[in-house]
Amino acid sequence: MKAMFVVFLKEVLENLRDRRTVTNALVMGPLLGPLLFTGLTSVMIQRELDKGEKPLEVPLIGSENAPNLVEFLKQHGVRPQPPIEAPEEKIRRQDAELALRIPAGYGEAWRRGEPAQVELLFDASQRESRATVERLRGLLESYGRQTGALRLLARGLSPSVATPLVVADRDQSTAQSRSGLLFAMLPYFLILSSFMGGMYLAIDTTAGERERQSLEPLFATPVARTHILNGKLGATFAFAMTSLALSLVAFGVAGQKFIPTEKLGMLLDFGPRFAFIALLVMVPLVLLASTLQTLIAAFAKSYREAQTYLSLLMLLPMIPSAMLAVLPLKAQSWMYAVPLLGQHLTITRLVRGEAVNAADIGLCLASGLAAAALTWLVTAQVYRSERLAISG
Amino acid sequence: MIEVQDLAKHFGAVKAVDGVSFSARDGEITGLLGPNGAGKTTTLRMLYTLMTSDRGRVLVDGIDAARDPDAVRRRLGVLPDARGLYKRLSARENIEYFGRLHGIDAATLRNRTDALIAALEMADIAARKTEGFSQGQRVKTAIARALVHDPKNLILDEPTNGLDVMATRAMRRFLKQQRDEGRCVLFSSHIMQEVAALCDRIVVIARGRVVADGSAEALRAQTGEANLEDAFVKIIGTEEGLAA
Repeated sequence: MKAMFVVFLKEVLENLRDRRTVTNALVMGPLLGPLLFTGLTSVMIQRELDKGEKPLEVPLIGSENAPNLVEFLKQHGVRPQPPIEAPEEKIRRQDAELALRIPAGYGEAWRRGEPAQVELLFDASQRESRATVERLRGLLESYGRQTGALRLLARGLSPSVATPLVVADRDQSTAQSRSGLLFAMLPYFLILSSFMGGMYLAIDTTAGERERQSLEPLFATPVARTHILNGKLGATFAFAMTSLALSLVAFGVAGQKFIPTEKLGMLLDFGPRFAFIALLVMVPLVLLASTLQTLIAAFAKSYREAQTYLSLLMLLPMIPSAMLAVLPLKAQSWMYAVPLLGQHLTITRLVRGEAVNAADIGLCLASGLAAAALTWLVTAQVYRSERLAISG
Repeated sequence: MIEVQDLAKHFGAVKAVDGVSFSARDGEITGLLGPNGAGKTTTLRMLYTLMTSDRGRVLVDGIDAARDPDAVRRRLGVLPDARGLYKRLSARENIEYFGRLHGIDAATLRNRTDALIAALEMADIAARKTEGFSQGQRVKTAIARALVHDPKNLILDEPTNGLDVMATRAMRRFLKQQRDEGRCVLFSSHIMQEVAALCDRIVVIARGRVVADGSAEALRAQTGEANLEDAFVKIIGTEEGLAA
């Protein structure tokens, strides 16, 4: 027991003296997530706001064919731009966002009372232009409706005759659930910071120690190998949790000061309750990650090799984030039993300010601890092998 | 006191150690002499329980290494072939770390560390981080680390490897001093002069077997060679002749 603590203290001390480890685990790791996140969301939110208020600049082709329509668009915030050459190609190359073409036959059809066609040119695969396109389409449709109503009135009919159905939108999303969608990447950033926090210690205490040839003398002491392993794991775990805690603090500060969510009417819960539960549900995952990182590092022949493997391991926590971003699954109870996925769901719910079931948290903790224990057994087995100590 | 009985270890098809027996007595320096690849390091690794043997027995002060490896490691001071230090810790911190791993209390540890630093003449480097240490400084630190728990038995794998003349002489003095304090000193080497200058007893190993065992005098008498180096070559050569 005491020897375990001696190993733990020495690993912590030694790694605190390593500038690279401290920079990566305790500065870069915790700050990277919040910085990226704040930057990305601020840019996103700012752009959404800009789009709503900014005049729409639309290249008009054949504007002389529909002076009244152009006048209407101008009154509603469209700033007509001179026509562009070969608009299809320019839009495909993303030189232009969209264009409106009014064919020569427009006036003729209009006067005869037939549907007059205008062409809205855009690229649907460009998500960026979607809002602009929707705004212009809305204006065009409202011009059409307005003219249709006037024509009916001219013939002595009520415009409601032509409107048998009205759809009224009743959006049930809350400000929190909208921000949850926006913040789907948040769990990944938190998990990543803990992975980064522990990675350097996992490498240094196993692959690094063997490469520096200090593992053999260490194993010649009377301390049981599992105790040595536990001391090293403890240090790795401590660094990972510290990194995570710092990251949560950074998110808390960023959420309060730098992310202008209130402009979109959203609320983010980065408070102490969020931080506490997030830390709690992350404990088994960090244990699992530390053990797994140590296990992998124990198989690597050198520091560099271990670094390569563990960098690949860091991509693993991206899977649930990517999956849930593409297929927004409804959270089922069993999902909380899957390490990584469980943490992801819990943190996502928490940040949306939704209640998290104690049973779900319990399941998440229990399954994570079981997975960590299993990995520990394998790692302890590897630590007991003769091969581990022999360098070169 | 270290006793080795019929020790054997193979890696795949290679018999690294194939029935080695000898004993190293307290108050004596025993040299394990043999060419590179003879099985010296593997034998020593089985002594300090880093490896388990396929066959045979190791007794340290009468304790069976297979039955109670922890007790055996407690009685051994080991300088392995791999002697890496923690470069972000000072020499003193390196030594103290191992003392704590042995469970030595703080006051004893301080005294013991001071004594070793004085005995190994390393007061000038004790507070320095070990990064950038010379080979000699590194070996001194590694030896102090191995002896911090005041073990009765010393196992050193090629202790003078890479040392210059001055450091080698200091090392010899130090080992003799350890012997005179009544310890059992066992070290391996492939250098004749070293073994001749230092050992009370020489165990010659070749191809995983003991091919000669005795004092330098006895080995010279056994081979009829006046020169120990010739005696050594003859012993190894004869054995190779037999094997072929």
